[in-house]
Amino acid sequence: MAITHLKRTSLYDVHRAAGARIVEFGGWEMPVQYAGIVEEHHAVRTAAGLFDVSHMGEVEIFGPGALESVQRLVTNDASRLTPGGGLYSPMCLPSGGIIDDLTVFRLHGDRFLLVVNATRTERDFLWIAEHTRAATARNRSAELALLALQGPKAETILGRLTGADLTQLAYFHLAEGMAVAGLACLVARTGYTGENGFEIACEWNAAPVLWRALMDTGGPDGLVPAGLGARDTLRLEAGYMLYGNDIDETTTPLEAPLGWTIKFEKGEFIGREALLAQKERGAVRKLVGFEMMERAVPRHGYALLAGGRPTGQVTSGTFGPWVRKSIGMGYVAREYAAVGMPLQVDIRGRPTGAKVVKLPFYRRS
Amino acid sequence: MYPKDLRYSSEHEWVRVEGGRVRVGITRFAADRLTDVVFVELPAAGAKVTFMQPFGVVESVKAVSDLYAPLSGTVVEVNPALVDSPEVVNSDPYGKGWMIVVQPDDLRELERLMPVDQYVVAIGEAAP
Repeated sequence: MAITHLKRTSLYDVHRAAGARIVEFGGWEMPVQYAGIVEEHHAVRTAAGLFDVSHMGEVEIFGPGALESVQRLVTNDASRLTPGGGLYSPMCLPSGGIIDDLTVFRLHGDRFLLVVNATRTERDFLWIAEHTRAATARNRSAELALLALQGPKAETILGRLTGADLTQLAYFHLAEGMAVAGLACLVARTGYTGENGFEIACEWNAAPVLWRALMDTGGPDGLVPAGLGARDTLRLEAGYMLYGNDIDETTTPLEAPLGWTIKFEKGEFIGREALLAQKERGAVRKLVGFEMMERAVPRHGYALLAGGRPTGQVTSGTFGPWVRKSIGMGYVAREYAAVGMPLQVDIRGRPTGAKVVKLPFYRRS
Repeated sequence: MYPKDLRYSSEHEWVRVEGGRVRVGITRFAADRLTDVVFVELPAAGAKVTFMQPFGVVESVKAVSDLYAPLSGTVVEVNPALVDSPEVVNSDPYGKGWMIVVQPDDLRELERLMPVDQYVVAIGEAAP
C-alpha cells in the first residue's frame, strides 16, 4: 500500500491557531473555513479576506525560446504581453482537452511565470518541460508561498505595508520585487473571487510574517482569514471555472465558456487543429450557468435534465451566499444552452426546476 | 449548549416531549459541524417516520446530511420558518430551529435515546 504524506504550507500552524477547520485538498492539508463559509464570503464582498493559496504551483520558463515555448503551450496569445503583463489561458492537449487553466505573466522579455492549479502542478510541469524548446522550465512551487488578499478594502490594506504606488499596478499585471512588510514579494492584481484584490508571492518560509502583517493592519478594516470553502463559493458566484470540476482533459475551452482565450490567429499551438475543427463543427455540448427555482442545492455530479431527459451533469453547485440563490454550472447539449432555457436538476431523485442564466452570477458594481 | 430536558440520538437529533407528542431538531454539535445551513428538506404533515431512518435532509453550503428520526410515528407539524430562514438551525437549534413534531407510535421508544450526560460524552464534550 502506498503511503501518501499530505503536504502542508508554511502557514499550517497559523491556520490551526486561528481555529481553522483543516481538510485534504489535492494532497495538501488546507484550511476550509475559519469562522464559517458564509461569514468569510460576505467579508470578501464587503471588506477583505486573506487566503493561503501556497499550494498552487509556479513554473518559470526562461531562455531565448521562452516566448515560443509559452505560445506553443497555451491557447491565449502571450506575445502581446509587455513586461509585468499577464493573461489567463487554458493549456491544452492535442485533442483540445484542457490540461490546466493558468495565469501567464511576462516577468521580462525572455522570462515567464506560469501560476497553475495545485492539483495539476506535477502533471503541468512535466508537460511544460517536455514542450519547452531553447528555454528552461523550472518548478518554483516549493520555494514560493502565495497569499490572496481580496475584497474592496484590499488595496487600502496592502497600501499600508508597501511604499509602492498600487494605483500603477493594473488589473492582471504583476510587480516583481515589491517590498511588502519588508519582504521582497511578487504582487499581482489578480484573484479568483470577483473582487478587486491581489495575489502576493513571497519566499516559502516568509509567509507567516507576511500573513501576520496583513492581518494586523487589516483587522480594523474587517479583514478576515478565509478558507477554501469561501474561495469556492466566491469563484462560483464570479463564474470562474474550477479545474477538475468544470473543466478537465475531456472538456475543451470551446465547450467551457473559454472560447475567448483561444487565439487561432497567433499561429501554431498544441490543440489548435482539434479546436479549429470543433469550432467549425460547433461544440455539441456547452457549459452553462443556471439558477434553481427553489433553495435545494445542486451539487457536483447531479444529473441535469431538459424536458425530463438527461442532458448532462452539474459540475459545480452551491448556495450562493451573496446572491442568495442556489446556483450551479454544468454541461448540456447545445440546444439547451440558451439563456432562459428551463432545465431540471435531479436532486435526490426529484427533478427540481432550474433555468439557464448568463454567467457570471455576480459582478461587482 | 445541550439542554438537560431533551433526549438525544446518536445521529445528533434532539427530542422534546410536549404532552403526548415530541418536537425534533438537531443539536448544537450537529449545527456547528454543518455550519451555514441553507436548505432543509422535510416530510409533509401526515408522513410516517421510522426510528433511526432518514426523514429529511439538511444542506449547508458545503455538505448534504440526512436527518434521522429519533422516534417512529406520524409527522403532525413541520416548521414553516425553515423554508425562508434555514439559518435559524444554526442560530437557535433548540428553539426556532426545530424541524418536525411527531405523534409517536410508542413513547417508550424514548428510552432508546440518550440523556444529556451520555450525549455529551458521546460527542467528546463532557466536562473533565
